[in-house]
Amino acid sequence: MAKSKAVEKKKYTRMDFTSDQSVRWCPGCGDYAILAQTQKLFPDLGMDKENVVFISGIGCSSRFPYYMNTFGFHTIHGRAPAVATGVKVANPNLSVWVVTGDGDGLSIGGNHTIHLLRRNLDINVLLFNNRIYGLTKGQYSPTSELGKVTKSTPMGSLDRPFNPLTLALGAQASFVARSIDRETKHMQAMIERSYKHKGTSFLEIYQNCNIFNNGAFAPMTDKESKADNVLWLDNGQPMLFGIKKNKGIHMDGNVPRVVELNGKISTADIMVHDETDYVIASMLANFTYQPDFPDPIGVLYSIDAPSYDDLVTKQLAEAVEIRGTGSIQDLLNSGDTWVVK
Amino acid sequence: MEKTLKNVDDVVIRFAGDSGDGMQLTGGRFTDTAAIVGNDISTLPDYPAEIRAPAGSLAGVSAFQIHFSSRDIHTPGDKVDVLVAMNPAALKVHREELEPGGMLICNTAAFTKKNLTYAGFDTNPLEDESLEDYFRVYTIDMSKIVAEACADMGLTPKTVNRTKNLFALGLLYWIYDRPKEPTKNWLEKKFAKRPELIEANVRAMEAGYNFGETTEIFTTRYKVDKANLPAGTYRNIVGNYAVSLGLVAAAEKSKLPLFYGGYPITPASDILHHLSALKHHNVKTFQAEDEIAGMTSIIGAAFTGNLAVTASSGPGIALKGEALGLAIIAELPMVIVNVQRGGPSTGLPTKTEQSDLFQALYGRNGEAPLPVIASATPGDCFYTAYEACRIALKYMTPVILLTDGYLANGSEPWTIPNVDDLEPIDVKFADTSNIVDGQFMPYLRNKETLARPWAIPGTSGLEHRIGGLEKEDVTGNVNYDPENHHHMTLTRQQKINNVVNDIPPTKIFGEPSGELLILSWGGTMGACRSAAEEMQAAKKAVSHVHLRWLNPLPKDLGEILIRFKSVLVPEINLGQLIKMIRADFLIDAKGLNLVRGKPIGEGRIIEKINEMLGN
Repeated sequence: MAKSKAVEKKKYTRMDFTSDQSVRWCPGCGDYAILAQTQKLFPDLGMDKENVVFISGIGCSSRFPYYMNTFGFHTIHGRAPAVATGVKVANPNLSVWVVTGDGDGLSIGGNHTIHLLRRNLDINVLLFNNRIYGLTKGQYSPTSELGKVTKSTPMGSLDRPFNPLTLALGAQASFVARSIDRETKHMQAMIERSYKHKGTSFLEIYQNCNIFNNGAFAPMTDKESKADNVLWLDNGQPMLFGIKKNKGIHMDGNVPRVVELNGKISTADIMVHDETDYVIASMLANFTYQPDFPDPIGVLYSIDAPSYDDLVTKQLAEAVEIRGTGSIQDLLNSGDTWVVK
Repeated sequence: MEKTLKNVDDVVIRFAGDSGDGMQLTGGRFTDTAAIVGNDISTLPDYPAEIRAPAGSLAGVSAFQIHFSSRDIHTPGDKVDVLVAMNPAALKVHREELEPGGMLICNTAAFTKKNLTYAGFDTNPLEDESLEDYFRVYTIDMSKIVAEACADMGLTPKTVNRTKNLFALGLLYWIYDRPKEPTKNWLEKKFAKRPELIEANVRAMEAGYNFGETTEIFTTRYKVDKANLPAGTYRNIVGNYAVSLGLVAAAEKSKLPLFYGGYPITPASDILHHLSALKHHNVKTFQAEDEIAGMTSIIGAAFTGNLAVTASSGPGIALKGEALGLAIIAELPMVIVNVQRGGPSTGLPTKTEQSDLFQALYGRNGEAPLPVIASATPGDCFYTAYEACRIALKYMTPVILLTDGYLANGSEPWTIPNVDDLEPIDVKFADTSNIVDGQFMPYLRNKETLARPWAIPGTSGLEHRIGGLEKEDVTGNVNYDPENHHHMTLTRQQKINNVVNDIPPTKIFGEPSGELLILSWGGTMGACRSAAEEMQAAKKAVSHVHLRWLNPLPKDLGEILIRFKSVLVPEINLGQLIKMIRADFLIDAKGLNLVRGKPIGEGRIIEKINEMLGN
């Protein structure tokens, strides 16, 4: 008789998730912070290292898998979500992470991103948004602001930017969140939430490219300005911001307004965040690019929805239940046959 | 009146009508019956790209050709003996190919003024006797007869009129002395939930059969005896289904789950349909958002240890090109099926062509070699799909399988293989024995094949990174060193060259040397074999070699080619294999290149051979 043996979870440290490859991002790049927080967090998540797979496309962010001592695949431009889909469906027990950028995930790979979100595979997407093309040395990206002067747009860009969060919500994502490279604690918390969410987690990370787009998120990261420009989201809590938490979002009928708390307006008048409310999430996502509103950071939206990989597994089991495990010889012999002697 | 019964060896029937007339169904039923009777068969469905082109239009004509015989045959036939034309457009499109003296059976109900004008006839050809000089013409108001046959059933006239194809089928069953039972059984299954449709269709078929029996129009019946096929259990098989079965067989033999990722495209979609119905065989099918996702999803599945497959046609393969390069440099096993169709661009989606050979061999950036195998017949699609999987897994490489629209939709009687007789596929995933100095080496190769180890996620200790960047041999680390790149380029090529060791000696049909060698690949095999048989029967020194592997080419091919005074390469393209042969072997081979969206007929090949032999 087999003896029951307590399975001991492997204990890891940050070094266990650090590969032997030297990191080759530019000094000062925001990517370092994201890598460091990921490597710090992972030992606490309780995964077996061999079950972790990082998939990326092309771009600065996409070098990420080389630095994680897990399974990793640096694929081709924009296609990481589709490769990851193949990985996850082939083995649903794996913890699959897609690392992508605003060019890789929203431009050349935009189609795969939206379909990944729609299908809701249990995959975690980390989208590093630096609002510029870094690896090809400084062309504007689909999240660059209108009129952006770059190498390919000397007179200013002519196309309006995407908002990654409204795109994700529009694609029926079940988890949508945002963090900032400089906010290491918050980023860890968001990565952890992504990991714990069953279904596709879409985490946009504002990431500074200090070479080609330095300061793109300065209003949200500079000490003096960030309190007024960032709306830290906390589920079930009123949407307050400002250095003294004296400003908030108030619903004036259907219209959100920024208000200051004073004698007339109290915390009770401030909108309370509900992560499961699609309308609130959409409203918050739309604050981005609106100069009068703070930028929402945190979990905008998180709901339970069936994941594609689970449904695949269920259908396979159901097929076997109904028809029995298939045999190729029986299949070959089926239908109209005849014997020649 | 006394009816006579004549024996014939060989008959080609073409059913032609409007897209909505059920010609594919009619042809399919005749085919299955011919197979059950024991004839050798070969079929050629020919349908329009438009799902429902305007009724009665030339563009909307759908046809199904079946060649059945008491002899061993290889093609759906060049010339048509019987043309069933359900409307004027079908007559217009297909009458050129009806043999002089052939039987022409028309449904007069559809020869209305409107339909005649639509088909471009000024006058009704059935009335002006213009056809009688060439053909044996039989005009029947099929619509009226089926209406009478089903008069007491209370069905709508539209529903009843849709059974007229079964009338035509019944008539042909009478003419060629075929049993009706298999079709009845099929109808009972097909319309299990609509008993009134079973009844109506059976009545229509009986009406057709009885029409032959009782009227004085038809005086002769024909008997096509059983073919002398090798012993075995047979079934009728269509190419796309055979591919699907071959893939499932390879999955079962290799004990791997099958992952299929693909995007619908004509004429490959049926592979997706077939496989998605086989979930109880541990087959996972993923209908991707586009061709690129179909291809990249299978790269992910291959990385994770599944038998990964996609299928498409030329335009889709073009989209997959970049990802194919990734599969090559990542050295992961997978199979890519290209069911070739007429090109370029959207081209002729429902017609056949062989013009993607160069695309398969060279259609990628960089030095990006991969093995290419091609199916010869609908039944061979099973074996080539199986072999493609076996080689992919043995050499850790993507393999392209070329079939074509003709093979994909065509059918033939097929000996059911015994799965135990198929060559084994042994897959061994990498384990910790591949670790050197504490590090897993993803590019430490098998010395014989040069295949790298297959280390799948979930295996402790084998965590490693791969990607599309050039890598150092053995370690797999990113590497830009010029010598390493040269070494890796040569190594990737040598690995594919090594596949030659899995190619058996080339079989020559006919004498090992002589005046002329026909060299073929893919779906032209049948026509080339028939031409060779005919030339050999006429005591000409003509032999035939058919290539299954296009990359690499068999080791012994060069020495075979030089034993013939001339070499003829018939292809449904402007000369692709021939360029490879000329380049590799410096031989002045001649081409026969017909690009009409149809199989090359044996007649054209014989003509060309006679011209080359100076006959």
